[in-house]
Parts: sequence; structure tokens; C-alpha cells
Amino acid sequence: MPAPSPNQRAWQRFRQNPVALGSSGFLLALVALTVLWPWLSPYPPDAMGETQFAAPSLQHWFGTDVHGRDLLARVFYGARISLLVGMVGAGVSLVIGMLWGAVAGYVGGRWDAVMMRTVDVLYALPSIIFVIVLMSTLNGVLDRLEAGTISPEMSRLVQFVGLFGGLGAVSWLTMARVVRGQVLSLRARPFVEASLTLGASHLHVLRRHILPNVMGIVIVYLALTVPAVILYESFLSYLGLGIQPPQASLGSLIAEGARHINPVRIYWWLVVFPAATLALALLALNFLADGLREAMDPRADQEG
Amino acid sequence: MFFLKRLASLPVLLLLISFLAFVLVRLAPGGPFDKERKPASPEIERALRARYHLDEPVWRQYARFLGGLAQGDFGASLKYRNHTVTDIIAQGLPVSLALGWLAFGFAVGLGLPVGFYTAARSGQWREYGVSLLILLAVCIPAFVIGPVLVLLLAIRWEVFPVALWDTPLHVVLPTVSLGLYFAGKFARMMREGMMETLRQPFINMARAKGLSETAVLWRHALPLAVLPVVSYAGPLLADLLTGSFVVENLFQIPGIGVFMVNSALSRDYPMVVGLVLLYAVLLLVLNLIVDVVYGLLDPRVRLR
Repeated sequence: MPAPSPNQRAWQRFRQNPVALGSSGFLLALVALTVLWPWLSPYPPDAMGETQFAAPSLQHWFGTDVHGRDLLARVFYGARISLLVGMVGAGVSLVIGMLWGAVAGYVGGRWDAVMMRTVDVLYALPSIIFVIVLMSTLNGVLDRLEAGTISPEMSRLVQFVGLFGGLGAVSWLTMARVVRGQVLSLRARPFVEASLTLGASHLHVLRRHILPNVMGIVIVYLALTVPAVILYESFLSYLGLGIQPPQASLGSLIAEGARHINPVRIYWWLVVFPAATLALALLALNFLADGLREAMDPRADQEG
Repeated sequence: MFFLKRLASLPVLLLLISFLAFVLVRLAPGGPFDKERKPASPEIERALRARYHLDEPVWRQYARFLGGLAQGDFGASLKYRNHTVTDIIAQGLPVSLALGWLAFGFAVGLGLPVGFYTAARSGQWREYGVSLLILLAVCIPAFVIGPVLVLLLAIRWEVFPVALWDTPLHVVLPTVSLGLYFAGKFARMMREGMMETLRQPFINMARAKGLSETAVLWRHALPLAVLPVVSYAGPLLADLLTGSFVVENLFQIPGIGVFMVNSALSRDYPMVVGLVLLYAVLLLVLNLIVDVVYGLLDPRVRLR
């Protein structure tokens, strides 16, 4: 029997980690529920009802909001958007960060210096400024196009893409640094030099030797970026810059609920349910990331 | 030598950052003189733009800004026109600095010991409970923690005041709301650092030569395990000291965190550039300090 590859060993370790497995199961169930809920629930997420601010009951498990909409349906809808935002945003940061870091680390020299100084400069620019400029530029363009040239669905799509791009664009810097550091150390390793000496092209070396060795740390870092992006989006939604109504993310639901907090009447379910869903999703994502890191750690092999 | 080179590159980086911020905010659509609903009359707007030299080409505006900067003048705020940027920052900064230091102290004071002890006593079931709490702290955004704390401790039990920044009692809730997330983050980093370090051969060595467990943990493991925390502390402190939008907004605290967001939203160009520069100076200087501390803690870095 051939010895298991490092990836197979990592997968074996991952399967033996009950917390990581449980978190994966929870996340899959959450994704399935958020996708299937519109067919399971009698209430569409944006259907207004007669009963405003109804407390949780058998009809409305999570209660209703200011427009009488079923909160359970809204929470699942928001969770779907939040998870989507997190994954796509992290994906964007992965593509930019990995390309940037790999090129800088592999080419080295002056290019490396210029590219990494660029990262330094961007790092020192508060990301919120960048996001505000990007989002308002996008909204400005959309407003100008509004006069019947594009459909509302199209403009919603553009807004989504803008948000994804914005979130990815502010979170790729650390990814670039991580990848660059890893590539830099790999480039000095004997097997890379050997491959180059034997006449392999740079593209071949990058594809066969560098990237597979970077993947481990990239996956771990990616798993950590997803919850970070979700949290950042919820902050943007709190500022009113993220997902625009009538759409909702978990962050915008919490922000909406927090607006209705006052000492006289507390609609606790408006904050508690979206916040608990957000916390549980982030918890599971973090556990998953921890599990991945432990599984990918090459030293785990030696300890058997 | 390395240190001096870094120090010399600071002004260049700051110049680049200020230019980037300068151009970026001007790229966003709309201007500082747009009124909420009705646009100001074109004559007034033209006069205002001329008064603040916004009708000049960008490069000349930037040259003008640099000229002012050389005399320590950031220009006048375009939103609060009777105040200069320096005035507004000088008023809000002490408050934000105080809140930032307190939150940082809280995060360090709570996070490091918790992370240290859970790693030192890893494997007990109590430790799993604490780890869960740590992780929970990084999964709940400040805009949820804040209102919940206010509802329970200020409105229901009336232990602390609801808002404002006055007596020492006023300080507690904002500090906890702001610091809790970072306490969780510190605890996680400290814990991971300790676990990682305790697996190293030199720890076995220290134990084998008969050192007490206290000496092993404090003298040998801690300086190495705390490194990731140190490098994270630099950017974090820069973030905290320039104020937090959420917490300052929630507790009506007159800091500068609110301005960071609002000035970008209202296109208050000089204000944005001033705040970005403040943040950048803090970040770069703190990162420099981090590198020095790094050298003190890790002999391997010193040799380079």
C-alpha cells in the first residue's frame, strides 16, 4: 500500500476532530436551511403582515419585525446573504492576495520591494475610508444610470458585486503578506533550485512546487478570513453602507433591531435571534478554521 | 542601522499615504457642499469651492495642502467651517486616546492571563469552557455587546450611567464594549502561542534540567509565546487610539472615531486627510516600536 500523501493525512486528522466535524455539519445544515427555507416556510422574507412586533409564538417562532415580517424567514434570508458575502469576499481577497504575494515573493528584488511597499501604504490607509469611497462611487454611478437604462435586479447585482469587491479589496493585504513570506522561504529551498537547474520553466516551478506548498497555509488563512469578512460586512450594515433594504444580512437585521431598543419597550427578539445566528455561524467558522490548521500542521505527523 | 533605515522611510510613506487619501476622497461623487435635500444654489457653491480652492486642479490643491502642512496646518474643516481640522482633532483626540488605552489595557489585562492559563492547564474540561467563552467574545460584534450591556447594567440594574464620558463610572461600559472583542483575540493568540511554544524541544530541555514549572512557563515559554501578540498589538493600538465609531456613537462620547466615518461620508476632504495621516503616523510608529520589542524578546531577530 502506498504511503498516504500529506493531504490524505491532513484529511484523516481532520476527520478525527469532533469539534471541527461538528462545525462543518452545522455550517452545511445552516447553508441547506437558508437555501431551502423559502419552500419550507409559509412566510416569504419580505411579505408584510398585520401584526407588528409580535413576540415569538407558535405562528412566528422568532416573532415579527416593524413591518410584521416573519423574523425567522428574515434571519435565514440574512444568514444566506451574510454567508455568501463572507465566502465571496474571502474568495476575492484570496485571488488578489495570492497573486500579489506569489509574484512579489517569487520575482523578488526590486519588484518585491515595490509591491510590498504598496501593501504597506495601503495597510496604513483606514479601510473604512476606502470602502466609503468605493460604495458611494458605485451608488453614484447607479443613480446616474437609474433613468430606465438598467433593471432594479441589475442594479442590485451591481451593488452586490461592489460590496464583494470592496470587502475583498480591504482584506487581501494580510493574505498577500502571508503568501509572500511563504513563497520567499520556499524559493530558497533546494528542491526549487534543483527543478530550475534541470531546466524547468518558472511557470512549471510555480505550479508544481510553489503553489501546492502554499495551499495549506492559504486554506487556513482563508477559513479565518471568511468570519472576518462577515463581521466587517455586519459593521458596514450597521453604518448603513452594507446590504441595502429591502434585502438584509445578519448585520443589517441586528442594526435594525438595535434601532428599536428603548427603555420603555424592548423587542428583544429583534436583536437576540439575528445576533445569536451570527455568533453561532462565526463560532462554527472559527472552529472549522482551527480544525483545518491543526490538520494541516505538518508537525502533527511526528507526534503521531 | 535597520532601524534608522525604517525611520528614514517614514516620511516617504506618509507622503504617499496622504496623497492617496487626498485623491481618493476627491474621486467619490458629490462634494462637501451638497445639502441633504435641496442642492445649494450654483452661485453659492461656486463661491464656496473657490473659497476653499476646490476649483483648482488636484495637483495644485495637493501642493497647497503640503505648503500648509509644512507649517503644521491641516486646513479648515469643510463641514464645521469655523473650526480647523487641527482644532477638531485636538478636542476629540484626548478622549479617544483615553478610551483606546483603557480598552487596550482591558484587552491585555483580561486576554493575556486567560490565554496563558488555559494553555498551561490545557486538556482539562474547565479549559474547554473557557476557550468557548474566549471564542464567543470574537464572534459578537461591539454593536451587540454595547446595547446589551446598557440594557442590563445601566437601564435594568442602574449600576452604570447610560452614556456620556464624565466620571470613572461612565468609563466602564464603553471600555468593556470596545475591549471585549480584542480581549478574546488576545486570549486566542496567547493560547496558541503558548501551546506552540510548549511543544518546542527547548521546553523539554528546560524541564529535563529540573526547572520548576513556573520558571519554565514564565522565563522560557512566555517571551517566545507572546511574540504574535506583540506584532498584533501595534496595528490594534493604532486602531483603538483613533477611536471607534460604534462605541463613541453608542455612548455619545466626543471622540474622533465618529469623525473618521462621518467626514468621509460628508466629503469633508481636509478632515479625512488629517485623520488618515494621524492614523498612519500612529500605525507606522507603533509598528516600529513593535519591531524593537520583537528584537528584545527574540534573540534570533537580534542577530540579523
